[in-house]
Order: sequence, then structure tokens, then C-alpha cells
Amino acid sequence: MENIIKINHLRKHFGNLEVLNDIEFHVDKGEVITIIGSSGSGKSTLLRCINLLERPDEGEILYHGKDILKGTMDINHHRTKIGMVFQSFNLFNNKNVLDNCMIGQIKVLKRSKEEAMQKAMYYLEKVGMKEFAHAGSTQLSGGQKQRVAIARALCMDPEVLLFDEPTSALDPEMVGGILDVMKQLADEGLTMIVVTHEMQFAKEVSTRVVFMDKGVIAEEGTPKQLFEEPKEERTREFLGRYISSR
Amino acid sequence: MYLLMAAESDGFFTKTWDVFTRYQPLFLNAIQSTLLVAFVGTIAGLCIGLIIGGIRAVTSHVEQTHSPFTKVANKVIYGITSIYVEIFRGTPMMVQAMFLYYTFFAPLFRWTPMMSAMVIISVNTGAYMAEIMRAGIQSVDNGQIEGARSIGMSNIQTMRYIVLPQAIKNSFPSIGNEFVVNIKDSCVLNCIQFSELFFIAKSVQGTIFSYAEPFFIVGCIYLLLTFVTSRILGMIEKRMNHKRSSYPASVTTPQANMLNKE
Repeated sequence: MENIIKINHLRKHFGNLEVLNDIEFHVDKGEVITIIGSSGSGKSTLLRCINLLERPDEGEILYHGKDILKGTMDINHHRTKIGMVFQSFNLFNNKNVLDNCMIGQIKVLKRSKEEAMQKAMYYLEKVGMKEFAHAGSTQLSGGQKQRVAIARALCMDPEVLLFDEPTSALDPEMVGGILDVMKQLADEGLTMIVVTHEMQFAKEVSTRVVFMDKGVIAEEGTPKQLFEEPKEERTREFLGRYISSR
Repeated sequence: MYLLMAAESDGFFTKTWDVFTRYQPLFLNAIQSTLLVAFVGTIAGLCIGLIIGGIRAVTSHVEQTHSPFTKVANKVIYGITSIYVEIFRGTPMMVQAMFLYYTFFAPLFRWTPMMSAMVIISVNTGAYMAEIMRAGIQSVDNGQIEGARSIGMSNIQTMRYIVLPQAIKNSFPSIGNEFVVNIKDSCVLNCIQFSELFFIAKSVQGTIFSYAEPFFIVGCIYLLLTFVTSRILGMIEKRMNHKRSSYPASVTTPQANMLNKE
């Protein structure tokens, strides 16, 4: 199968801190990859490198075989193909729910207003926020904001959707709803990369789990392999800590 | 009794009213000029401030990822805008007006006092607005920018559709305050023969040989103008912050539960 994204020898440091140390990583069509690991292990940085919100120091990020780090690449066009959902939602505060979902379609993809509206309403219905289409984005609760943020990303028809700890800023009772939406998207065959601390979600939904530790990918495999028979000592330690802390 | 009435008919307020009615067209014209110059100065100053403030917000921080050329260019551009801001905020507008009008505007460009007054107040306000807008832009959460970039918006689109609208809204009180300040401070432009309120008060004083009445009149006019203006600005501000909405603010409110159950 063709790799959508292939990452070779990726390095990134902040000051003296090696955040990503020689990362090798690939994403195939239809995969749902969860990235787990303790804070500071580089999971979010890796995710943010994929749509260049963070610029790596060295290495290659191939998107359909083309290196996006080369100067000739149109970064803005690349970002329309790679959607992103943030921990802190990042809905546009000066726009209502519907406009949040329409502005990218109109200004970046140059879609007509009617088409953009139709698409926005379709995805807002999908995430259960159709009734709130005309609400101001600052009037929503965290869970509602994250639903809208997912719809906003989907409206751009991305090939891959990145989730950066999408449920970490939510009240516990809101988490399930967001995970259900994500599960539904996964079932529909959307390619997703999810940085998360929700081990149950990783276990049930993902096709591949990646465990990161201190800037390297320590272990990866199917959820069954990784959760039931982890090969690496540090994976076992991390999972053990996680389960005991629950 | 007769004496008291005589004193009253000759009293300060009666006399002031007489002066006002006699020179009413002059005062009304001056109100127009003052408001026009204050308004033009605020709007043009805001435009200057948006551009200069935007440039300052972008160039004020240097990132590790920037190339050496960008770093130097940023510093130079920031330095140039700093010179503008420091000079116009650090010298009195009256001095700026005298210097610019008598060295450039009048002899070289043959501009009228009105035209020169508008340019001077705009450039002066622009320096203040630049700092207001820089702070306003920097107060917009970085997540807003990342959200915009993540759906493929360019730097300029992000600025125009996401950052600037929020920056202007955040700094609206300060922008409005500049308008009120301009209504009052335009009085220093009398020094270049621009016939605003203060200039008219001075000419009336020269005609009737009395200071009290004309300056009391323009004082009242200034107070009225600034009072009404700040009330209007306050109303606009209130409306901007409290958009009426029927949507529940939280999912735990009863209305939200009703919506969720559908």
C-alpha cells in the first residue's frame, strides 16, 4: 500500500533539548494511529511537524513522495490536506459556528458560499452541532467547541486528520462524546493520527499504536501487541504506571 | 429691586448668551471643523496604526527558525517604526504642527491650514494607534493563529480575517479614547491658523476684549462633545461585548439538555 506520509530521520530540538531524535514513521491510507507516551516525549511535536506548525531541523517528511520541507512546496496547500484538531479547540472567536466551518472553504479552497454552507451544515449535523450553527463560538462548552473544531477540519476534505490530545481539556463527562465522534470517523475509513492519553480509545479504535519516549519511537504495533505483550521494558513501565494511576 | 434686575440682565450668563448668539455661525463652524479633524485624524490614524502596529507585531519577535536575513530585516524594520512612534509620541503635537506646517506644508506643498491640520493629527494619532494595535494584535491568542494556519490560510489571510478583527475589538476602548482625546487636543492646531473651536474663541476674544465669555462657551462645547462622544462609544462597546443570544452558555443548563436530547 502506498504511504500517504513517510517520515525519515526527523530531528527537532528546542534549545538544548532533543525533542525528536531520528524519527522514522509512516502513515498508510485508512490507518488510525494513536501516539501515546508521557508528557515531553515529543508526541505533539511530531504531530505538529506533519502539518509544519513546527519546523523540524533535519530529515524528510514525504507526502505522497514529495518532501514538504523543500522550499518549493506550497505549505498552505499542504495544510488543507492535513486537518488538525487541537487540545484547546482554537475556534475563531470572532466568528459564529457556521462561519468557523465556512471561512476556510471560501477563502482557501475558493468554494462558493452555497457549497461551503451545504458542506458545513452536513458536517455540523454529523458531529451533532447543527442546532448551534448560528451560535457564537465563545458561547459553547468545551465539548461543543471540540465538535465544531472537528467539523471545521472535516469541511476542508482532508486526507489525514491530526488530533492533538483532543479530549485533554474537556470535562470528564464530555470526553465520551468526542471519542464517539472520532470512532465514527475511524469506522468511515478516515485516516487519523491521534495523540492521546485515552488508552481505552487507543486499544479499541486504532489500527496501530505508537509509543514514544524521550524523542524516539520506542515501540509500535497493533493495540493487541502493544497493550498485551509489550516488548520493551519502558513500554511496560509506562502502561503499568498508567493503569495503576487510574 | 431695580438694581438686582439690572445686575442680572448684565450678569455673566446673560452676557455669555449674547456673545454666543452674536457669533453663533462662527462657533457652529468651529464645532464642525473640530469634529471633522478629530474624526479624520482618528480614522486615518487607525489605518496608519493598523499598518505600522501590524508590522511591529510581526517584526518584534525573532524566532530561532528565521534565516539570518529575516532576523536582520526584522530588526531594521522594527527600528524604523520605533523611530516614528518615539518621535511623534515624544514631542508635543503643537511643536510638530509648527515645524511641519511652516517648513513643509505651507511653503512647499501650499496646503491649507485645514489640510495640514488633518495630516498632522493623523500622523500624530497614528503613532499612538500603532502601539495600541501592536498590543491588541499581540493579545490575540496564538491558538487562533494556529487554527487559521491549520486550515491552510496564508499569513495575510490569517491577519485579515482572524487576528485583526479580534485585535480591533479588544482595543476598541483605547481607539475610542483616542477620538475623545483628539476632540480636545485638536485645539493646539490653532497655532497654524486652523479655525477650530479654540481659534474662534481667541478671535472672538480679540473682538470683544473679554476672555471669560468666549472661553466659557468653547469649554461648554468641548465638554458637550466629549461627553456625548464617550457615551456613544460606551454604548457601542457594550453592544460588542454582549451580543444577545438565545443559546445556552453551557451544556449543563436546562436549555442545552433540551437541545442535546433531540
